[in-house]
Amino acid sequence: MGIRFILMVNKQGQTRLAQYYEYLTLEERRALEGEIVRKCLARTEQQCSFVEHRNYKIVYRRYASLFFLVGVDNEENELAILEFIHLLVETMDRHFGNVCELDVMFHLEKAHFMLEEMVMNGCIVETSKANILSPIQLMDKAS
Amino acid sequence: MAGPSLMDSFFQRSLDDLIKGIRLCLPGGEAAFIAKSVDEIRREIKSTDSQTKATALQKLTYLHSLHWVDMSWAAFPAVELSSSSVHSHKRLALLSASLSFNPTTDVILLLTHQLRKDFSSSNPHDVSLALSTLSSISTLDLSRDLTPELFILLNSSKNFVKKKAIAAILRVFEQYPEAVRVCFKRIVENLESSDMGVLSAAVGLFCELTVREPRSYLPLAPEFYKILLDSRNNWVLIKVLKIFAKLAPLEPRLAKRIVEPICEHLRRTGSKSLAFECVNTIVTSLSEHEPAVKLAIMKIQEFLLENDPNLKYLGLQALAVVAAKHSWAVLENKEVVIKSLDDVDVNIKLESLQLVMAMVSEDNLAEICKVLISYALKSEPEFCNEILGSILSTCSRNFYEVIVDFDWYVSLLGEMSRIPHCQKGDDIETQLIDIGMRVKDVRLELVHVARGLLIDPALLGNPFIHNVLSAAAWLSGEYVEFSRNLLELMESLLQPRTCLLPSPIRAVYIQSAFKVLTFGVYSFLSTGDDASYPSELTDFVLKEDFQESSETVTSAPISGADLSNGLNPRSSHPSAGNGEDPVIAHEQTSSASSKKQQLTQKSVMDLVNLVEVNLGPLAGSHEVEIQERASNILGMIGMIKPRIHSSMDESEGDRIKRELRASGMMKLMFDAFSEELGPVSVSAQERVPIPEGLVLKESLSDIEAICDHIKLPISSSFSLVRSHSLNNATTIHEHPSKEEYEPSSESTSLLAEHRKRHGIYYLSSENKVMISDDYPPALELKDQAIDEAEDLVKLTKQSLDLRKKRNQAKPRPVVVKLDDGEGAHIVVKKPQLKDDLISGAVREVLLGNEAASSSSNKAIKKREKNELNIDRPESNITMTSTVASEPGNASSRHKLRISGKEKKRSSSGKEKKEHDHKHNQKSDRIHAKHKSRQRADGTLNVAAQSPVIPDFLL
Repeated sequence: MGIRFILMVNKQGQTRLAQYYEYLTLEERRALEGEIVRKCLARTEQQCSFVEHRNYKIVYRRYASLFFLVGVDNEENELAILEFIHLLVETMDRHFGNVCELDVMFHLEKAHFMLEEMVMNGCIVETSKANILSPIQLMDKAS
Repeated sequence: MAGPSLMDSFFQRSLDDLIKGIRLCLPGGEAAFIAKSVDEIRREIKSTDSQTKATALQKLTYLHSLHWVDMSWAAFPAVELSSSSVHSHKRLALLSASLSFNPTTDVILLLTHQLRKDFSSSNPHDVSLALSTLSSISTLDLSRDLTPELFILLNSSKNFVKKKAIAAILRVFEQYPEAVRVCFKRIVENLESSDMGVLSAAVGLFCELTVREPRSYLPLAPEFYKILLDSRNNWVLIKVLKIFAKLAPLEPRLAKRIVEPICEHLRRTGSKSLAFECVNTIVTSLSEHEPAVKLAIMKIQEFLLENDPNLKYLGLQALAVVAAKHSWAVLENKEVVIKSLDDVDVNIKLESLQLVMAMVSEDNLAEICKVLISYALKSEPEFCNEILGSILSTCSRNFYEVIVDFDWYVSLLGEMSRIPHCQKGDDIETQLIDIGMRVKDVRLELVHVARGLLIDPALLGNPFIHNVLSAAAWLSGEYVEFSRNLLELMESLLQPRTCLLPSPIRAVYIQSAFKVLTFGVYSFLSTGDDASYPSELTDFVLKEDFQESSETVTSAPISGADLSNGLNPRSSHPSAGNGEDPVIAHEQTSSASSKKQQLTQKSVMDLVNLVEVNLGPLAGSHEVEIQERASNILGMIGMIKPRIHSSMDESEGDRIKRELRASGMMKLMFDAFSEELGPVSVSAQERVPIPEGLVLKESLSDIEAICDHIKLPISSSFSLVRSHSLNNATTIHEHPSKEEYEPSSESTSLLAEHRKRHGIYYLSSENKVMISDDYPPALELKDQAIDEAEDLVKLTKQSLDLRKKRNQAKPRPVVVKLDDGEGAHIVVKKPQLKDDLISGAVREVLLGNEAASSSSNKAIKKREKNELNIDRPESNITMTSTVASEPGNASSRHKLRISGKEKKRSSSGKEKKEHDHKHNQKSDRIHAKHKSRQRADGTLNVAAQSPVIPDFLL
């Protein structure tokens, strides 16, 4: 399983989106998120975007006030995950138009649907922005 | 309980209201607000109005996902809503299910029908939604029940659906390996799909599967190869490269074949991620191919020189992988690596530290350590300790393999423990003692280093190095004959600030003081009349040294310089200068003895008084360890003091007689302490023959009831017995020496009671003795021991000798490895043990499939399920192995089965443990079957190796 979880966290360390691809109890999630946020948010721009934590590699990137953190297993290609994060941001940008923290907060479901299109079982399955967004656009039209 | 009212529906807060509410909360008020909202939701969710219910569920999902609110109680409403005809409600319900359901959610089964209905829906989005849900929550039952539908979807005409079905199936395979038999072929077909989404999903799936158990997928190499050549999609290429990285080591011809296309990608691509993947594949799996490796290293250099911390980090990581086989690559980039020790990023520093350690060799060790220590001194505490830790582990690797000059290393250890941030006290402690026991020649220096640590009262204030001090105290006591100044040593062991030490360490201090005192008094007594004492002491080269120094002690506080000047008979007499010639030095002492005697006597009295004064109060200590040891010493002082005292003014004959009596006792004490301690192999216990008539493999199930609260280590069924007799061993070997195992009377009586009740599990008391007597020397393998204790000593010496020799001439004698199964045991074996379990699981499933009994399969799955929570990879592998046996036609199945077994054969060294493990769960019958099968493979195997990949590729 390449990707084990995806987190979006703001500058204050509050989780704004959490998607896990393996089962962890609430307590484990809470602890994990706390530890990772503490580790990653303390780092500066001049430091690299990879942090090892427990048996995960965390690949993260900051966009404005939002941190995107992806936990992957050891086999995963870090640079590809960075590209994936960028793709995710671009996709959300295209949908929300200059995406910001509030968009994710108030449209959490949509963010999850996008991820659902992009990743299944921890594998990246779709990388075309148009393909990712088409079901969501249909949904918007329907409602 | 108020039911949901119409009012609730009217005034229900929307999700937006909730979010805003949370944001408006004052700090600290959030929890209360959330609790209140959850109460509201509890009411709303019971509403019959589906809109109200949906909103409630939506809010709850939000709180669950971002505020860790438990929503396991709301599983049923989610199931209810999933059958809603309103698409957005359904969507919401399934999202909520996939975010919150876990393997133990019991209502999952109620979803089966709805998912099945959705799978056959004409709306692809319904299908896709159902597939996504399945992929995140599927259980064994769900997977089994929905496999037929999935099989149909794999052939869907809509690529959108097909892609999702392929992506979802991994989870189904994991849960229900039988599904592999049904679906595998259809998935393989998709490797040739022209649709990027489908191809990407299929390659992704195989990448996951291959990583878990590569060998089974070798037959698909041609398909992957084609993708490697044709695809221009970087995502897909990266996955294919990952697959090849696993396959290439299994099949050299395949490696030869793919190396060129991979280099081509590496040269051509502008994408950093693809380039990095190519580099990774080459350094991990194609490291035999010189030109490719060179190309990869060039690329790594590019990474290192770029100003991007990400690339630098990954470059260093890749370099670390190469370093194992091509150390020149690291040396070539030495500058960047060393410079990175100063990077702003700790992660990069750590990587470069690792690389620096990879460069270490005998010749440059001292130099590298010097550089590293200087970095450690200026680093922040965390990294400082990383540096110290890696120095320690590198230097101690494989029994101090890289160290030639132990004197240097020992003083380095002393230096390290004085670094302000040092928190590696534990490791330093272990190594100091270990080296003391293993390397005889370095003991003088060790005692010197220990002295330096002990006499510095400031160090006692730093709790991180208390352990080092403990080692120092122990060493000074154990090797007291190398000490130059007993009084000084004693003073430092008893200095007031030792009250800062934790009591176990203080106990070590006191015990060392005991040894020092014993040594001092005994050597004093035995020199009184040399002829009457053919004592071992004359062997101790430094005896005179002691006398000399204790003599000076009485006149003035001593410094090291005083010792080396004219007062010292050794330095005044060239031939004894190195202490090489005890006889001559001895003569000198004797000649002067009549004059010295009194002074020495006085100094011994000083010593005794010092101890008595300092330990007196401790006899009332609340700490048993301290109290007991202090009392022991005081008791001894009580016995000897009058005699030493009286010997001063009595007539000659009387004096000698008294002395004799006193020192007879002293000799006993001295002998008790002077027995040499050697290293004991961890595997020593395994070499103890199992006594006749002791049944180890039966009735172990009842034993669980007896030690219900003690968790048995799973590694082997011997554990109980082992720890048992280990206790015997410790009492015998270590007790007489020093680190006390205090036989608390309370636990003895408990033990006795336990023994009374469960007598059958105990060895009879005779047996007990016998076992310990039979206990073969720890380091011994070939000669059957006659007297184990003696042998142990002999062997210890032997191993020490070998080590000594190694100091001069490098090549390490073979025997050392023998006694040192220990190191390997701890460091290397552990990961292997886990692999072992995995391959064991693989075998088990293979056997299970052949037996074709679905019930046994179920059992496996059940186990697998149990493991799932603990250890994912393990269970995953179980699944993969089924993949191996899947493909419908008999021949390929046969082939795959064999490949699985090769693995088994290769790991047969560890087989035994594996079997032991199995004994706990499986009957002997299966075990036997297992074994015979394994034997049969031996013959099959030869033929099976070659035709794994169709020839057209090669």
